[in-house]
Amino acid sequence: MAKVIGLTGDEAVAYAVKQCDVDVIAAYPITPQTVMVERLSDYVADGEIDAEFVPVESEHSALSVCVGASLTGARVFTATCSQGLALMHEILYIASALRCPIVMAIANRALSAPINIHCDHSDTLGSRDSGWIQIYTENVQEVYDSIIEAFRISEDKRVLLPTMVCLDGFILSHCMERVETLEDAEVKGFLLPKPEYPYPIDPERPMTYGPVALPDFYFEFKRQQEEAMKNARSVIREVNDAFAKLSGRKYDVIRADFIEDSDVVIMCMGSAVGTMRHAVRELRKEGLKVGLIKVRVYRPFPEEELRKALEDKKVVIAMDRACSPGAMGGPLYEDVCSLLYDAEPKPKVANVVYGLGGRDLTPSDAKGICKYALEILKTGIVKERIKFVGVRE
Amino acid sequence: MALSIPKLPREEPLAPGHRLCSGCAAPLVVKLTFKALRPGERMVAVVPTGCLEVATTIYPETAWKCPFIHVAFENAAAVASGIEAGFKVLIRKGKYKGKMPYVVVFGGDGGTFDIGLQALSGMLERGHKVLYICYDNEAYMNTGIQRSGATPYRAWTTTSPVGRKIPGKPQFKKNIVAIAAAHEIPYAATASIAYWADFITKVRKALDAEGPSFIHVLAPCPRGWRYDPRLTITVARLAVETRFAPLYEVEYGRKVRITVKVPRPKPVTEYLKIQGRYAHLLRPEYAKEVEILQRAVNEFYEYLEKLEKLSTT
Ligand SMILES: Cc1ncc(C[n+]2csc(CCOP(=O)(O)OP(=O)(O)O)c2C)c(N)n1
Ligand code: SF4
Ligand SMILES: [Mg+2]
Repeated sequence: MAKVIGLTGDEAVAYAVKQCDVDVIAAYPITPQTVMVERLSDYVADGEIDAEFVPVESEHSALSVCVGASLTGARVFTATCSQGLALMHEILYIASALRCPIVMAIANRALSAPINIHCDHSDTLGSRDSGWIQIYTENVQEVYDSIIEAFRISEDKRVLLPTMVCLDGFILSHCMERVETLEDAEVKGFLLPKPEYPYPIDPERPMTYGPVALPDFYFEFKRQQEEAMKNARSVIREVNDAFAKLSGRKYDVIRADFIEDSDVVIMCMGSAVGTMRHAVRELRKEGLKVGLIKVRVYRPFPEEELRKALEDKKVVIAMDRACSPGAMGGPLYEDVCSLLYDAEPKPKVANVVYGLGGRDLTPSDAKGICKYALEILKTGIVKERIKFVGVRE
Repeated sequence: MALSIPKLPREEPLAPGHRLCSGCAAPLVVKLTFKALRPGERMVAVVPTGCLEVATTIYPETAWKCPFIHVAFENAAAVASGIEAGFKVLIRKGKYKGKMPYVVVFGGDGGTFDIGLQALSGMLERGHKVLYICYDNEAYMNTGIQRSGATPYRAWTTTSPVGRKIPGKPQFKKNIVAIAAAHEIPYAATASIAYWADFITKVRKALDAEGPSFIHVLAPCPRGWRYDPRLTITVARLAVETRFAPLYEVEYGRKVRITVKVPRPKPVTEYLKIQGRYAHLLRPEYAKEVEILQRAVNEFYEYLEKLEKLSTT
């Protein structure tokens, strides 16, 4: 039966990766991901996992090692965040285009400058076009579960795309929570025996990987990635169902709370979802009705599910823990605007940018955001398209 | 080890019809490497972005008869590390049934001396069983002959032009073999396409080494060096005969041996004068620059001789 253990987010990642019987791990330390790398080194050094741990000299090499190893058909894991993810940026696109089912944990952290080690989502949101599946988690249990799901999703032959499992730096990476774990055998049974990579490198069957493709073929490669993302939508659904059967914990690409009777909906990702849920509950006691949608899978964007959930809503607030200077708003906001362009009737949509560089989102900030949404409902006017919450002006 | 031509493998790693320029040394480097394999041995080639890569793998065609992997420009050593680690663990866990192949990188000078140096150092330090061969055409040829850390003193390139004030590259070439050898890897060497027996012997030694190995090969490029394509082997031979590119090996970072001795070197001008990239140096006003080059060549060979003596005593 399942063991319940106290784990931090980083430890939960490492523990799940160990249970997934990964073959190759290549990673470079960066706060607040460091503990993942340390724990995995321990597991390898103690012989608790039969894997090659490649202690690379940079994140660029970490992902490059992963690509090479993945092409041999090995199950591969890495982890990073922030500056490390930025350094990997070039290889992110190559990993997804070579269809390497790599799983990468990200302890979300702000980008320099100024240098900062605390949470925001600028790092992973800046990589949203790189062809990776992105899962944002809310608590440590979900971190653990998502790593296991991620291998199952990525390695499916209908998908063969890499996945980032994002956990908020420090807030989740370093926070110890109660985690219900699965048995090793249960995880093994849940995963595929090995990645369904159709043509792993094999000298007995020589192939060319990573060729030049010019205007006559490049486009078709990219088109296939789009198709793989489309397939990922249904595979993720299947995997969520299978995981629920195994663990009793049911995830979806989004999670909606209190939306049936609310004209107003707040959308957010990561650990702030918990804070927002608390605020929404409190306000319900005062008779104020606000709904909440957590976007768990951000890529592929849960279009269908969100369209259904937002049908008939009058006000939608998209919360971004990232900024995109000079843009119309944060990445989630822009996606939500695109999504609702065809909606009839069209809700008012506003953007809240919060929590940059680890700035706390306090319960009163959270309530304030709900009240801001209700005010838009009352007046029908969005005065400022981007509202910065928690900043000194 | 005496090499017997009839015993060398007949198979070729590259199919004819690739798009490398005629006279290009890069495919010869690959072919000679392949000749060191014993029957039944397999090679996986990793190639960073550059002439060799772009000219042999234009989709939907490929010239490669062994597995070929290209990922990016600066990371061939890391990709090779991953492939080696992948095969190692899959074989150990019984998930790959074949034999461990040799993982061989063919990197250009840009991908090795410059942008790929960090990944190379990491791979050498970690001790992956990978043979890294640098085919050095002394510039970024794929992007149109720009200078690199491997471009020699006063050579012309498009970014070290022969101007009115500055006559070609002001800096000297980086000593990449010393850098590789400083990692105290089992085997590091230079090789030449004009000395095929020496070349194949060295590749064999590198493949037999327990751990990483590095071979630097001067790879004349008729386009960038401005000479007639039929002279490629001549140019390569002259580089050795003038001591411009001496042939030696370094075991475990310490034991140095000059494998092709050049007791009576030709003057460097013999090497310079057949290449357009050095044409300006033949003008009288640059006689001093040629002297500087000659002195540097002499000094380095003497230094090698001293190292060799040190290693044997
Ligand atoms: C990160 C990055 N920077 C620049 C380039 C452009 N680029 C492609 S090949 C190349 C030069 C390759 O030079 P070298 O390694 O010496 O190989 P060669 O083409 O000379 O054989 C450059 C600069 C690139 N592909 N990637
Ligand atoms: S430019 Fe030089 S290195 Fe490139 S293919 Fe032509 S001859 Fe070879
Ligand atoms: Mg070059």
